[in-house]
Amino acid sequence: MSFLVQLSYFVAAVLFIFGLKAMSSPVTARKGIMWAGVGMILATVVTFFHPKIEGVGNLTLIIIAIAIGGGFAWYTAKKVQMTEMPQMVAVYNGLGGGSAGAIAAVTLSQAQRAVSTDMVEQAEIKAEETGLTFEQALRVLDGTHVGAYMGADVAILALLGAVIGSMAFSGSMVAWAKLDGRLNRSKLVEGHQWVNIALAVVTVLLGIWAFYTGSGWPIFLFFAAALAFGVFITVPIGGADMPVVISLFNALTGLAVGFKGYVLGNFALIIAGTVVGAAGMLLTLLMAKAMNRSLVNVLFSGFGTAAAGAGEATEGEMKELGAPDAAYMMGYAEKVVIVPGYGLAVAQAQHKLWEMVELLEGQGVEVKFAIHPVAGRMPGHMNVLLAEAGVPYDKIFDMDEINEEFSSTDVALIIGANDVVNPAAREDKSSPIYGMPILNVDYAENVLVVKRGRGAGFSGVENQLFFNENTRMVFGDAQKVVSEMVQTVKSM
Amino acid sequence: MIEVSGITALYVFMLAAVAGYEVITRVPVILHTPLMSGSNFIHGIVVVGAMVALGVAETPLEQLIGFIAVLLGAGNAVGGYVVTERMLEMFKSSKKEGGKA
Repeated sequence: MSFLVQLSYFVAAVLFIFGLKAMSSPVTARKGIMWAGVGMILATVVTFFHPKIEGVGNLTLIIIAIAIGGGFAWYTAKKVQMTEMPQMVAVYNGLGGGSAGAIAAVTLSQAQRAVSTDMVEQAEIKAEETGLTFEQALRVLDGTHVGAYMGADVAILALLGAVIGSMAFSGSMVAWAKLDGRLNRSKLVEGHQWVNIALAVVTVLLGIWAFYTGSGWPIFLFFAAALAFGVFITVPIGGADMPVVISLFNALTGLAVGFKGYVLGNFALIIAGTVVGAAGMLLTLLMAKAMNRSLVNVLFSGFGTAAAGAGEATEGEMKELGAPDAAYMMGYAEKVVIVPGYGLAVAQAQHKLWEMVELLEGQGVEVKFAIHPVAGRMPGHMNVLLAEAGVPYDKIFDMDEINEEFSSTDVALIIGANDVVNPAAREDKSSPIYGMPILNVDYAENVLVVKRGRGAGFSGVENQLFFNENTRMVFGDAQKVVSEMVQTVKSM
Repeated sequence: MIEVSGITALYVFMLAAVAGYEVITRVPVILHTPLMSGSNFIHGIVVVGAMVALGVAETPLEQLIGFIAVLLGAGNAVGGYVVTERMLEMFKSSKKEGGKA
């Protein structure tokens, strides 16, 4: 039986790796997640026959826990809106981190209990032999501690996994609260950086104490410090950087799971955890790069809290255009490129937009979507939102693929995006967003901007694009404006 | 029972890390979010470790913590799967329109 369990873990690990590989291409992605799912079910089912699991009581508890945890996750995952996907990924990731932390707590607690009963027995014997009091004998007996009992390598990885898992748990929950709009503060105390450093040091010291101890308190304090550290390091990070942080916690949870695999002697955990750790770390770096931010910058500075820079003043004035006229403009164009932003998703206008695109294509207009790497809440999020509306992925283009094409575009339609099309990022060195890669929509012959009001964008920077000679502003709620456009195109 | 010894584990760590790195390189931006969610699902395998931890728990405190571990791990696995599935379900190519999803 034991061999069959191990063999199943091996098969699961293979399915995970190939599943992940398949997930990195849009054509095979669905197969990939299904393979990984089969691996997960296989590994979970055979674990019920794991030789170490004994006792009907614990077995019942396992089944109840899976039912409750799985049921809750199933329900919330089915219910969540696509716009809220990033924060739900954060939550499920946090659960995994918490699980890794809790596993560490059980193993450490077992070791601690074994050590302390051991110590009492030995001290009693020693006291009888030498005539010392019990307390004196206890003090003489040095060297039995958690680290020695578990073995240094196992104990260190158990503690490391505990820190990382706990931190990923509390940090992910903060990330969820921030993205969900439940937590707006970016500061818990004055001098946040110093408190964070102090907390990190305290956590490490408590970890060392927990290693060299036979009592339960240091272990408890150690977990408390690790959880607090996760909260303190995540709170100051701005909402725009949150996706990178979630991805980082995802990688860290993977690493923690890998360490737990070593502690428990389980290769399935080691392989799956480490693969995710490495892949997640790379994904984090790719995301940070796509957002033109470095990881160090994300973690140790507060962007979005101090961004209201000056920049050059804008010239000219905004020229308004009604939605029907804008629709005519597109209807008689040869090529239209649409730049969607988060505003589109907030207004829930992506379905209407796709309806309009289909109508335009019926008129012989070539339509493409251009996606900035940071459109939506995280890289790739806007693709998901458009896919939800039924837009096929081969009509959607990355910034690098489409930037060349704007000069041959008749109409660029911008909906709910602002900073990612601001030419100041290219030209104006005094602008706070200078250097950020942007979509060069201003090279198009005509630019249409659908916008709620006249205000500045997320970064607080004015956008010269809106004042350009070839730009027309269509003010109003995206959903309403696009509906009007659909009506007009239908009547053409 | 296969023993996990120090040096074997080190090799496994190394090879798994290389595999993870290689699998992700050259992934298009369009898949960043689903891929993050998918890898999030895969570390849901932690539920297996949690089951073993609860399986060997002896005191009520350990049973409680182990119970939480399994609860959270199962949440990670199930939630990660459903969310990823839902996202990927929506990716369609225009070339096989009208076909089955």
